[in-house]
Amino acid sequence: MVPVLFTILAFQLTGEAMSRTLDLPLPGPVVGLVLLLGAMRLRPGLAEWLRTAAQGVLAHLSLFFVPAGVGVIAHLSLLRDDGVALLLAIFGSTVLALVAGALAFTLVARLTGQEDDP
Amino acid sequence: MTADPALIWAYLTQGPLLWLTATLGAYALGDAAFRAMGRQSWANPVLIAVLALGLLLTVTGTDYATYFEGAQFVHFLLGPATVCLALPMHDNLARMRVAALPIVAGLLAGSLVAVGSALAIAHLFGLGPQVLASLAPKSTTAPVAIGIAERLGGLPTLTAALVLITGIFGAMVVTPLFDALGLRDWRARGLAVGTAAHGIGTARALQVNPTAGAFAGIGMGLNAVLTAILAPLVLRLFV
Repeated sequence: MVPVLFTILAFQLTGEAMSRTLDLPLPGPVVGLVLLLGAMRLRPGLAEWLRTAAQGVLAHLSLFFVPAGVGVIAHLSLLRDDGVALLLAIFGSTVLALVAGALAFTLVARLTGQEDDP
Repeated sequence: MTADPALIWAYLTQGPLLWLTATLGAYALGDAAFRAMGRQSWANPVLIAVLALGLLLTVTGTDYATYFEGAQFVHFLLGPATVCLALPMHDNLARMRVAALPIVAGLLAGSLVAVGSALAIAHLFGLGPQVLASLAPKSTTAPVAIGIAERLGGLPTLTAALVLITGIFGAMVVTPLFDALGLRDWRARGLAVGTAAHGIGTARALQVNPTAGAFAGIGMGLNAVLTAILAPLVLRLFV
């Protein structure tokens, strides 16, 4: 268990260091994700070795957003002036973006003959 | 031994234990409610936990800094969990490679519409340039969104709040929306929700289907880069 946790944290740490030193537009954990994905390609055994821990962490991914979400409640006064307009902008644009993204994907998948997936 | 409740409370509020326990308890409550409602997406466990904790903080007169001393341990795990998204992406790499063109199309459309339509609606309501700059990157993952908003002259705390609201709303609306539209391709559904609603959307996609989760992860990762490029360009049309 400890070597697995160490490995995950080491990838995040390397990602953070790379994101800072190279001034990348991606946050450290996302760079760590890309590095780990690359390492899994090079050593297929790595994915199986990490599987139990990674699946355990990912099963509770939404829990980890709770503290930041409570921050929204703490900063509700920021939304006092323009709250309704901002909420409408978020609700409207999220629905439109979901539909646009999924339709564009489906359309191009059909055009390129990639619509049927096993 | 006298047990003065005020003294015990004062002692407990000094350490991280109280609010760490409360965070896990509120999420367990939210998750139980989510299951009890037949996993309906409007009963989002994050939303329930956030509302319960917000109420608790207000009732007990606790400020966010005190709360976060305990909750930071949960918050910290966001980083390692993001790294772990490499696993479902590794499992789906062959399918992603085959679907490279649809991924690029879905990403471009989703990202552009997310920034453009949000700014158009906000502009319609007459919101000022600082608020527009804070709103522009709201579909991308929080650390990236805050960096973009700062560069554009927005308010980082407002951006953080807008990012969270976008994620929770996206996670709640995605399943009923795509079911109503008859969209059944898990790759398209996942990519769209990762692009429009970052990590919270990805968390929802992972609950529903592993393929959707993997495609949501790639949508979230690529949109972080794309929004950094698109947001300043689209914002220029409105200010």
